[in-house]
Amino acid sequence: MSSNNCCCGIVDEKARKLQEIIENHKGQKGALIPVLHEAQDVYGYLPMSVQKTISEGLDVPLSEVYGVVTFYTQFSLKPKGRFKINTCMGTACYVKGSNLILEKLQEKLGIHVGDCTEDGKFSLEACRCIGACGLAPVIMINDDVYGRLTPDDIEKVLEKYKDL
Amino acid sequence: MEFYRAHVLVCGGTGCTSSNSEKIRQEFIAQLNKNKLDKEVQIVVTGCFGLCAQGPIVIVYPEGAMYTMVRLEDVQEIVEEHLIKGRLVKRLMAGDKDHEDPSKSLENVDFFKRQVRIALRNCGVINPENIDEYIAYDGYKALAKALTEMKPEDVIAEIKKSGLRGRGGAGFPTGLKWELTSKAKGSQKYIACNADEGDPGAFMDRSILEGDPHSVIEAMIIAGYAVGADQGYIYVRAEYPIAVNRLEIAIAQAKEYGLLGKNIFGTDFSFELELRLGAGAFVCGEETALITSIEGHRGEPKPKPPFPAVSGIWQKPTLLNNVETYANIPVILNKGADWFTTIGTEKSKGTKVFAVGGKINNTGLVEIPIGTSLREVIYDIGGGIPNGKKFKAAQTGGPSGGCIPASHIDTPIDFETLRELGSMMGSGGLIVMDEDNCMVDIAKFFLEFTVDESCGKCPPCRIGTKRMLEILERITGGKGEMEDIEKLEILSKNIISSALCGLGQSAPQPVLSTLRYFRDEYIAHVKDKKCPAGVCKSMMSYVIAADHCKSCGICARNCPVNAISGDKKVPYVIDQEKCIKCGVCMTKCPFKAIFKNA
Repeated sequence: MSSNNCCCGIVDEKARKLQEIIENHKGQKGALIPVLHEAQDVYGYLPMSVQKTISEGLDVPLSEVYGVVTFYTQFSLKPKGRFKINTCMGTACYVKGSNLILEKLQEKLGIHVGDCTEDGKFSLEACRCIGACGLAPVIMINDDVYGRLTPDDIEKVLEKYKDL
Repeated sequence: MEFYRAHVLVCGGTGCTSSNSEKIRQEFIAQLNKNKLDKEVQIVVTGCFGLCAQGPIVIVYPEGAMYTMVRLEDVQEIVEEHLIKGRLVKRLMAGDKDHEDPSKSLENVDFFKRQVRIALRNCGVINPENIDEYIAYDGYKALAKALTEMKPEDVIAEIKKSGLRGRGGAGFPTGLKWELTSKAKGSQKYIACNADEGDPGAFMDRSILEGDPHSVIEAMIIAGYAVGADQGYIYVRAEYPIAVNRLEIAIAQAKEYGLLGKNIFGTDFSFELELRLGAGAFVCGEETALITSIEGHRGEPKPKPPFPAVSGIWQKPTLLNNVETYANIPVILNKGADWFTTIGTEKSKGTKVFAVGGKINNTGLVEIPIGTSLREVIYDIGGGIPNGKKFKAAQTGGPSGGCIPASHIDTPIDFETLRELGSMMGSGGLIVMDEDNCMVDIAKFFLEFTVDESCGKCPPCRIGTKRMLEILERITGGKGEMEDIEKLEILSKNIISSALCGLGQSAPQPVLSTLRYFRDEYIAHVKDKKCPAGVCKSMMSYVIAADHCKSCGICARNCPVNAISGDKKVPYVIDQEKCIKCGVCMTKCPFKAIFKNA
């Protein structure tokens, strides 16, 4: 019972925050996207149950909530890894070989773009320009940016996260 | 107010932050504290200085010495030598190291010499998180002038007279847009700012928001006064956390100072401003899609007319301009339209900011008078192509634009000339390519982008771009036929004439443009099954030159798929069936015995 309490506590805490977010935006014009952003900050992704709560709370049809979530790449239906790797595939990075960086990451992690490693540690994404073109090619792991990379550097970069 | 004998400016733009400038700032604080200088020297975090390739950048005033590629271990030396002993650390200095006046040393550096900074005037100069610094640099002076000395129609007349054109890409006359919105019927009107900088390789709007957020806020308030709107929205990408954060701070400060809210400067005019975060959809840079997204829906575009000036956010007249366009407004009102028209060309006044990237030495942000030639941008400001390679083409306008080949390098860059060349100004991304880039591959890259980002509403874009991509994949995969080239052209024409919005209508441009200037590369892929640049993997192979091979076996040990075999005293060979063409063997070979066979 006591161990369950702990877990339920976290779930309740998130649910409470979600209600708070909905309350804050209720009645505001065009509230859906800001609410989804904040809800994703709380949950890390947007599972169906969260979308249902938002749909009821804001009185927006669930089909529309789902439509918006799947339209924008920032919103995710799948959980992300503890370390989110974003490979920049903007033009400046591409002409400097970011596709080779991405290939190397897929090879080293054994996953494809959009997936998460089995232990939930890393997830891999390709994104459109993070605006650090001066350092091309770049990847981001959570908020840390690694620039001027070659495929050979990837092993060293991943090594840093070995024991985290 | 406290006074300091010296100021250390640390660049806090995205480029420098990515190369560790935050840790450098902390190290400066630690070193200053250690030497008890924290009351004498102030650390200021600024926006982007532009020379991202040389980051992290630190500038020390009053001397104005600019230090580049500063490492953590250099901080102690700057503090002890420069700030304590007053000796410049020449080995870290950019520009003319021996110039008597270090602040002048940069004037002779081509990267800065040819620039005219209007939109970027405060980037790298002030602390963007402090409204007082903006005000000290004439901030909100234009707003005061507009509200207290000018009628709304005077403001519009001044902007019209300046000849300012929209910096988001299409170059629509800004003053005319303001006038149309002001004349539109309706009591409720909105001002919106397009900060959804989706063009991959363009980061000027981000740098303005990060380095000088108040310039955009001030311009939007002025716009509100000119067209009669009391509410504004800034639609900014969620992928730009630093910009979002600085905008939030700036809006709060402007409210605190009474520059946003009710009765601004004691007049009857009131204005509120809200941030709306984008969520990663390129199409939302299109104005009708952006408006739909602000309203909280899927960002799908709508047919025009009606234009936003007549029916925009919640069907009310809406003035929508881009970040860089707004950043020009306060300067135009302060210095006058007559001054502004002295810069630029006959049809395009002022400057344009370009994010120069790709195969060029000085990657970064440059602001140049419109009409500057591409050669000046690439060789004089950009410092040329690295590794002695040959310039092949520059790509402007991102996925909606095209390329300018080496043969047109002396073209003055303005809206009209770029369009004639089959490209476009776009938001200002300028990607330089050298002889190692395959133009068919680049066209494929942009098509992959549009296929991914097509919103799916209209079939010409949804289906047409997909078919084009399939053809390009065939060609780069070595399975193309001559009629494929013709099919690409027919499809392009049809998509351009029938797609609903700007994204679809311009999606075929990268293909048409590369076909126009690099048709022989397409033909080489199709007829000879060769990629002249050696990029398309299906058409190239790695081979070991037997007479150079010393049989050391390093290549075989490094090959990830065990495709290389050999023995002592016998030259190694690559099994082409097994080879995945990763190129590791070539980079590892100490005798340069492995060649790429295109």
